Amino acid sequence: MARAVTNRRKLVFTLVAWTLALLIFFPILWTVLTSFKSEADAIASPPKFLFFDWTLENYTTVQERSDYARHFWNSVVISLGSTFLGLLIATPAAWSMAFVPGKRTRDLLMWMLSTKMMPAVGVLVPIYLICRDLGLLDSRTALVVILTLINLPIIVWMLYSYFKEIPGEILEAARMDGASLRSEILYVLAPMAVPGIASTLLLNIILAWNEAFWTLALTAAKAAPLTAFIASYSSPEGLFYAKLSAASTMAIAPILVMGWFSQKQLVRGLTFGAVK
Amino acid sequence: MSTQASRAAARLMLSPAVILLLMWMIVPLAMTLWFSTLRYRLLQPGAHPFVGLRNYVFFVTDPAFSTAIVNTLILVGGVLVITVVLGILLALLLDQPMWGQGVVRLLVIAPFFVMPTVSALVWKNMFMSPTSGLFAELSKAVGLVPFDFFGQAPLASVIAIVAWQWLPFATLILLTALQSLDREQLEAAEMDGAPPLKRFWFIILPHLARGVTVVILIQTIFLLSVFAEIRVTTNGGPGVASTNLPFLVYARSLLQFDVGAGAAGGVVAIILANIVAIFLMRAVGKNLDA
Amino acid sequence: MTVSIRALLGATAVCALTAAASAETVTIATVNNGDMIRMQALTDDFKAKHPGIDLEWVTLEENVLRERVTTDIATGGGQYDVLTIGTYEVPIWGAAGWLVALDDLPADYDADDLLPAIRNGLTVDGKLLAAPFYGESSMVMYRKDLMEKAGLTMPDAPTWDFIKQAAAAMTDKAGEVYGVCLRGKAGWGENMAFLTAMSNSYGARWFDEAWKPQFDSEAWKKTLTDYLELMNAYGPPGASSNGFNENLALFQQGKCGMWIDATVAASFVTNPKDSTVADKVGFALAPDNGLGKRGNWLWAWSLAIPSSSDAPDAAKAFVAWATSKDYLALVAEKEGWANVPPGTRTSLYENPEYAKVPFAKMTLDSINAADPIKPTVDPVPYVGVQFVAIPEFQGIGTQVGQIFSAALAGQMSAEEALSQAQALTTREMQAAGYVQ
Repeated sequence: MARAVTNRRKLVFTLVAWTLALLIFFPILWTVLTSFKSEADAIASPPKFLFFDWTLENYTTVQERSDYARHFWNSVVISLGSTFLGLLIATPAAWSMAFVPGKRTRDLLMWMLSTKMMPAVGVLVPIYLICRDLGLLDSRTALVVILTLINLPIIVWMLYSYFKEIPGEILEAARMDGASLRSEILYVLAPMAVPGIASTLLLNIILAWNEAFWTLALTAAKAAPLTAFIASYSSPEGLFYAKLSAASTMAIAPILVMGWFSQKQLVRGLTFGAVK
Repeated sequence: MSTQASRAAARLMLSPAVILLLMWMIVPLAMTLWFSTLRYRLLQPGAHPFVGLRNYVFFVTDPAFSTAIVNTLILVGGVLVITVVLGILLALLLDQPMWGQGVVRLLVIAPFFVMPTVSALVWKNMFMSPTSGLFAELSKAVGLVPFDFFGQAPLASVIAIVAWQWLPFATLILLTALQSLDREQLEAAEMDGAPPLKRFWFIILPHLARGVTVVILIQTIFLLSVFAEIRVTTNGGPGVASTNLPFLVYARSLLQFDVGAGAAGGVVAIILANIVAIFLMRAVGKNLDA
Repeated sequence: MTVSIRALLGATAVCALTAAASAETVTIATVNNGDMIRMQALTDDFKAKHPGIDLEWVTLEENVLRERVTTDIATGGGQYDVLTIGTYEVPIWGAAGWLVALDDLPADYDADDLLPAIRNGLTVDGKLLAAPFYGESSMVMYRKDLMEKAGLTMPDAPTWDFIKQAAAAMTDKAGEVYGVCLRGKAGWGENMAFLTAMSNSYGARWFDEAWKPQFDSEAWKKTLTDYLELMNAYGPPGASSNGFNENLALFQQGKCGMWIDATVAASFVTNPKDSTVADKVGFALAPDNGLGKRGNWLWAWSLAIPSSSDAPDAAKAFVAWATSKDYLALVAEKEGWANVPPGTRTSLYENPEYAKVPFAKMTLDSINAADPIKPTVDPVPYVGVQFVAIPEFQGIGTQVGQIFSAALAGQMSAEEALSQAQALTTREMQAAGYVQ
């Protein structure tokens, strides 16, 4: 009896959840489907859902126009580079804020976060001039540095809130045992911090991958990542839904797949101290 | 003894990182401040004379300025309300027993990985276009006149797109928070005969407060600088109906190529962001204190 | 076997090395318009002729391109060697000394063959500063079948009254046919290009001779009222976000009775590969009001070389190739004469093969009917048909475009829009120091 009720409940929840999830996912699904249509099928009325002539011609057209591999590689280098550089700078800073907090630590954090609210375009020209003088226009180096800079506050804060949850007593205990600062970090702190660092890393790869202002403003050909790739399809002549869909699919697929595979790690540390 | 020594060592070791971090943030700010006092129009080569606060006056007296501030607040507020409310409901749902929970979760978080530019392009063209969008097809199928989303409800349309992108984030955080809830407490309440609504109101919601705070804080940071979605879909219009502060700064800097006024706008935006931040901390900050 | 493969590999490596050592890279920034994308696909021909030059393409949507290119050239960034810019930018950038003069192009380039109207717009102080890739005016494109069904005949040179009458007769909203499609998307190069050209034929102007904005004039009021009436009664839904590309898609899908826009669209709407109405399109000159000016514009997408380029000679070789007679012949050979980039060379219009293309004559007539030096009925202090060739215009034009776009979306009346436009333009012109 009870089991039947539970199963019925489960069925209802399953149906509702699947319907909602598919609705939320539908725009992405539709984009992927459209990328395999001909341009005429893409605007067919009534719309064709699955029964159309599947074709790869949009992908060929897109590839002929812009070299996907190069844009993809630039995206990889820029997002990984800026994330690792960011972690390198932010980890010690967050560590010190979490374990050796001062009176102004919280204000400092808030201030850092608020710099993130500044519209990027307001500093475009200064940054452009600096890059020009350093010969860094259209270089991945410049983008790595700038994306590090703009995501730093988030990295620091995420790590800080994660580190803060590591109980201080453990450190005390380690110190009592005579552990040096180095081994304290290496053997006590690091293992506990890994989930937090991992999800910070993942979140920042996503943020850097999708950053579409600086990556467009500071690159031309050599360092242009996938955000620039998509910018050449935003309004081509005439019918373009299928080509736009193909380019969109190519631009989001890598990060979507990565996100799906690392979902557990991403979620585990993505608490910002919300779980107590 | 050793504790104090290691504390000092920690400070010594780590202050360079903090200073570096601060420098990185101060340099562009300082340059923006400096540029904001110059008459610097990109299309007029030559000297850039100092003009004091004239750029600020020009930016703030722009009739679009007050609209932009209101729009910014509506955009942030609208997206926050939608994502928090729907996020709580979705988190509650996903926390229930069901078949294929893993897949459902993958589907729900997917929008978070999509580039803002791409999602704006897809929504604009393939869904909300009044001539060939899917919504237009749907309304035609049921005999309605297709709705002109970006002409008639530009800001609401932008809010919908941004909310779609941020809903997964809110859901995930709230779901994680929900899963850390003490089951026994909930079961005890159930035993005592507390109806579901009461349980939600008195046990679940208070437990989610920290999660909601985090969602609000993080999203506010990103939502205050929403830009790509507006530029792709409405370009701030019609008129200034969907212009927010970042877009206004953009229009000044890159449509009018007035670097000075753009920089002034950037400074104004960051001052306002700080006011919002202080306000937020006052309102919800206590939830965050560990 | 193994040895020969190794030898082959070695030889390839040596070739690659020498090529890398001598190759100069030319970075080309261009718009994602159909003709430019075709050019990108045809670069093998250029590489065959210039093996020492590598090409890098940066193909972007028009507005993004303009932001990037302007930022780069104004700050001397030097990211690009070839820029795709229009007749608005050339005189301003040329005067600022940002462009390399193209006066030493090879003799067989034949600069005298360029259409005078186009060439004049790209010449500053007697020096050609950009080479036209394609030139355009605007004209009426209409559906012959729908006109016939409505019992009307399109004259070669229609009036605005006739356009209104025809739009009313062709509109069938239930059947998703809209009498007239016009630009409504805000932007100085979008709705303002159309509206400024239209206002010229109504006797309006942007500024009087003392640079005083003229949106409070009766002529502007009539222009905007007529435009709003046309679009509200006979235009497609969502017109306030329709620009050139959106309208092109609508026309190709058979949803527009008439479309007044760039002449270059003619080859797209008559191309059976993309257009469902390819064999049903007729052409006419842009409308007028009997005041001596027609509502058509003049524009040329052109290739220019910034002075900050580090490979100006290689860039020149590319520009000469892309705008040469041979390039036109190459496109004609591969894609047919109808797809040749139009509107740049006299010899093209003298070519009997090209004369067979249905829109050739109307395109040339439209280009010749535009006068950038005297664009308006009343005298003005500026040049430019659908723009005002001053640096401030992009910003002002786009903001005014936003206001008019809001009027089209029904947010305000024509009077309100015009008074806002007047206030805004006055404010900007004061800030820029034109008027006190």
